[in-house]
Amino acid sequence: MKFDTPAATNPIDQLKVVGKATDRIDGPLKTTGTAPYAYERHDVVAGQAYGHILGAAIAKGRITAMDVSAAKAAPGVLAVVTADNAGALGKGHWNTAKLLGGPEIQHYHQAVAVVVAETFEQARAAAALIRVEYKEERGAFDLAAARDGAVEAKDNPDTGAGDFAGAFADAPVRLDATYSTPDQGHAMMEPHATIAAWNGDKLTLWTANQMINWGVKDVAQTLNMPEENIRLISPYIGGGFGGKLFVRSDALMAALGARAAGRPVKVALTRPQMFNNTTHRPATIQRIRIGATPDGKITAFGHESWSGDLPGGKPETAVQQTRLLYAGANRLTAMRLAVLDLPEGNAMRAPGEAPGLMALEIAMDEMAEKLGMDPIQFRILNDTQVDPEHPDRPFSQRQLVECLRQGADRFGWTRRNPKPASVREGRWLVGMGVAAGYRNNLLTKSAARVRLDGQGGVTVETDMTDIGTGTYTIIAQTAAEMLGVPLDRVAVRLGDSRFPVSCGSGGQWGANNSTAGVYAACMKLRQAVARKLGFNAAEPTFADGKVASGGHAVPLAQAAKDGELVAEDMIEYGDLDKKYQQSTFAGHFVEVAVDGATGEIRLRRMLAVCAAGRILNPKSARSQVIGAMTMGAGAALMEELAVDKRRGFFVNHDLAGYEVPVHADIPHQEVVFLDEVDPISSPMKAKGVGELGICGVGAAVANAVHNATGVRVRDYPITLDKLLHHLPEIA
Amino acid sequence: MRPFTYERATSPADAATKAAAIPGARFIAGGTNLLDLMKLQIETPAHLIDVNGLGLDRIEETGEGGLRIGALVRNTDLAADARVRRHYGVLTRALVAGASGQLRNVATTAGNLLQRTRCPYFYDTNQPCNKRQPGSGCSAMGGVTRQLGILGTSDACIATHPSDMAVAMRVLDATVETVRPDGATRAIPIAELHRLPGDTPHLETTLERGELITAVTLPKPIGGTHLYHKVRDRASYAFALISVAAIVRRDGGGRVALGGVAPRPWRVEAAEAQMPKGAKAVAAGLLAGARPTPDNAFKIRLAERTLAAVLAEARA
Repeated sequence: MKFDTPAATNPIDQLKVVGKATDRIDGPLKTTGTAPYAYERHDVVAGQAYGHILGAAIAKGRITAMDVSAAKAAPGVLAVVTADNAGALGKGHWNTAKLLGGPEIQHYHQAVAVVVAETFEQARAAAALIRVEYKEERGAFDLAAARDGAVEAKDNPDTGAGDFAGAFADAPVRLDATYSTPDQGHAMMEPHATIAAWNGDKLTLWTANQMINWGVKDVAQTLNMPEENIRLISPYIGGGFGGKLFVRSDALMAALGARAAGRPVKVALTRPQMFNNTTHRPATIQRIRIGATPDGKITAFGHESWSGDLPGGKPETAVQQTRLLYAGANRLTAMRLAVLDLPEGNAMRAPGEAPGLMALEIAMDEMAEKLGMDPIQFRILNDTQVDPEHPDRPFSQRQLVECLRQGADRFGWTRRNPKPASVREGRWLVGMGVAAGYRNNLLTKSAARVRLDGQGGVTVETDMTDIGTGTYTIIAQTAAEMLGVPLDRVAVRLGDSRFPVSCGSGGQWGANNSTAGVYAACMKLRQAVARKLGFNAAEPTFADGKVASGGHAVPLAQAAKDGELVAEDMIEYGDLDKKYQQSTFAGHFVEVAVDGATGEIRLRRMLAVCAAGRILNPKSARSQVIGAMTMGAGAALMEELAVDKRRGFFVNHDLAGYEVPVHADIPHQEVVFLDEVDPISSPMKAKGVGELGICGVGAAVANAVHNATGVRVRDYPITLDKLLHHLPEIA
Repeated sequence: MRPFTYERATSPADAATKAAAIPGARFIAGGTNLLDLMKLQIETPAHLIDVNGLGLDRIEETGEGGLRIGALVRNTDLAADARVRRHYGVLTRALVAGASGQLRNVATTAGNLLQRTRCPYFYDTNQPCNKRQPGSGCSAMGGVTRQLGILGTSDACIATHPSDMAVAMRVLDATVETVRPDGATRAIPIAELHRLPGDTPHLETTLERGELITAVTLPKPIGGTHLYHKVRDRASYAFALISVAAIVRRDGGGRVALGGVAPRPWRVEAAEAQMPKGAKAVAAGLLAGARPTPDNAFKIRLAERTLAAVLAEARA
């Protein structure tokens, strides 16, 4: 199905199932511990052995000697695979560094060996017996130091409009400030894990991967084998946040280990390996310049960002939202990429916007302060309904102003004292902050297959994944709505490369595109059902398990009485995303209390008002947004992969060292979804929302801390040591 | 984890005898620290002697009006004990500020005292560490040190002791009771349990080979207001950046100790004499000789301010 004109009224608009707050259909499996995650697929193949990965002990250099003899001789060991005996390997399209290092080492904890043994403990103990000698080379590990050597990255040209330099120089009110965000880890609950089994030249991987089709292609490319000989199965994923968009070393080393051992092999990364072996959100340095008239109209907007990655890597696109969020005739954005020899930088929840807004929305707060304006009024005054770089492109929907206004009302913004450091409750300094949330809505083709059986049961099959987001449920809701059956008559099967290729989970594109693909397949099935039941004339209705037209109603099941009816289709998009800018918006509000003695920052309340198209399942959408707000709070207050700039690795590589928020950090969250349908986005009229929730939260926290204390922290995370010298004397 | 043998001891003296006799033997109680370290091969015991089930899990009143806490009393049980809550409030407050509910349910009193540092370089076996591998060097110095020590450290090691409980016990003047391999017992003032690193940071306590902690005794209650303030980046389940344990009498005198700053709970009795003069004077004595890194120099000001806030709270 080609979607190239705005959606008209369609069966989804009935909203009998879609749009209703619905419990997860996979909830019972999750709460009873019976959802089969990759590492626990004991049932799928007999004789599983265990693999344990050895990571490189240096950040950059070469292996000069490797002695695996003690490991090979250790109890229970079946095989040891290194670059020496792995055979010729390619590199996946989505990987920057090789997944198996040696002799060249590209980053710390890059896998250099996998040991396969009868038990996990044997494999782990034997891996520790491998002796590796390295020749260490000097590397670049410090973004600030590498900044001056950074260059324009390919595919990421500077953008702009008008004359930024001239307009900024002439602006009566100016801000020129530099911000930084640190490297961050996904820190999802489930580690990267895979079971690999060979059957002749065919390979099956039970794994944890957000993008099944990308995964098949990259496994094929890495192992130099045809895609049709590879099957990826990933029906349940314990969190990904972008860390599982790509095939990682668990999958490759399980496949290599299984080939060498002649047995199925399972491999999971240990927690301390995850932070340096896999990908992370890269650190940024961002310079923002805003020029405005004294009454607050922005005339010049400049945003430059520096980030680093391994050779061949990509920049963190932190200026992305600044091209689209506020008006201003004279504009400039630029990204510069430095070579760093730290582990591979890549996507983490809302790549680009999450760190970009952490800086941009402090800058907006600072500018409002300079202008003596309320920060909400300042944002409203500079709202735009068109792409500021290309004013002929309108937004398909844009309710940022409404998000901010409604949020202000609900949050009690009028109670905020605009004078910083003026509200004290006992030992606590109290403040409120606001930030705009913004994340683009991305369109990607997505296919599904729908089956109708003789009992009227419906089964949806697609290689779409559910990374904890609630995909199972919204797909079931979509099929139930389209075919007029109750939710419990729909079975959903996901995450198998034998199913039609979907959009996968990432970039908050999963919900809208995958359900639109299911919509397309259901439309096709409806036609097949109508034909089968002889409804040739008018389009029949599908409701209450029946198909009806012109006073004539037949049970849906009857269409499959002679055998299953199967329909498959794909949603494909025209150029509506070129004609219209499709984005999602939020107003984030935060109240913090800062201990006047210690500088400890504790959140009190958070509110997000979101405008993100039709909300398919308000319950799971709310879960996504509060989870993202929590992650945003972590980014604001504690999350930082601490770089050892001499040795080139993330030092705090476990969950004791890399702190993420715990329950005590998040006392109260509220989420409001504005009524919105976006017929430009898809037949579902929905957009993404799972990443919108993190976008802007960090700055809202930072702005609240400023309001509470008068201290403007521009370098995340905002830890107490950055406040301590500015807090009032203790009586 | 390297393969190891395991046995259950039959008595405290039996455990101590065996620990001294068997090379590479270690005691195991709750295992919340040791097992993690074994998985990472930071600890590689050849033999584990399980001291659970030796009857060391009771809290009894002593003839002197204090409490005798068995070495195997779980942190949760100790924090919840009515006598502890009533008379040794600083101890309950410190305990519940530590770890998580799940860990406190398993972690023991002696194990808490003997837990090892959380220095991230100690935890990464690719990095030199004088504590892990004597003589290999300290990779923390010059690296990421925000969490590390400012007092009592040496050129060989800047690690801290991570316990909250021990800081409270230090202001309570607790005594550690042990049994030695020959069956003899002794009592070690808690101030003398943990060594400073000097040039031998791998030697962390004054316990002898095989010596087993059997109990910690608290002297008769001294009254006063008991406070424990733990400062950290997140609200729960994090090690202290710094902490302050305080017992403050009505006249303004009392005791204070710091956690999170040194290889052992940090108490300077001479500094306490300044308490009636105010927090600044006490802090000056407590923090004298501090050797911070650029990353953790904030701990000095943080300790001064937290101490001031705690003493102010005690007065209020």
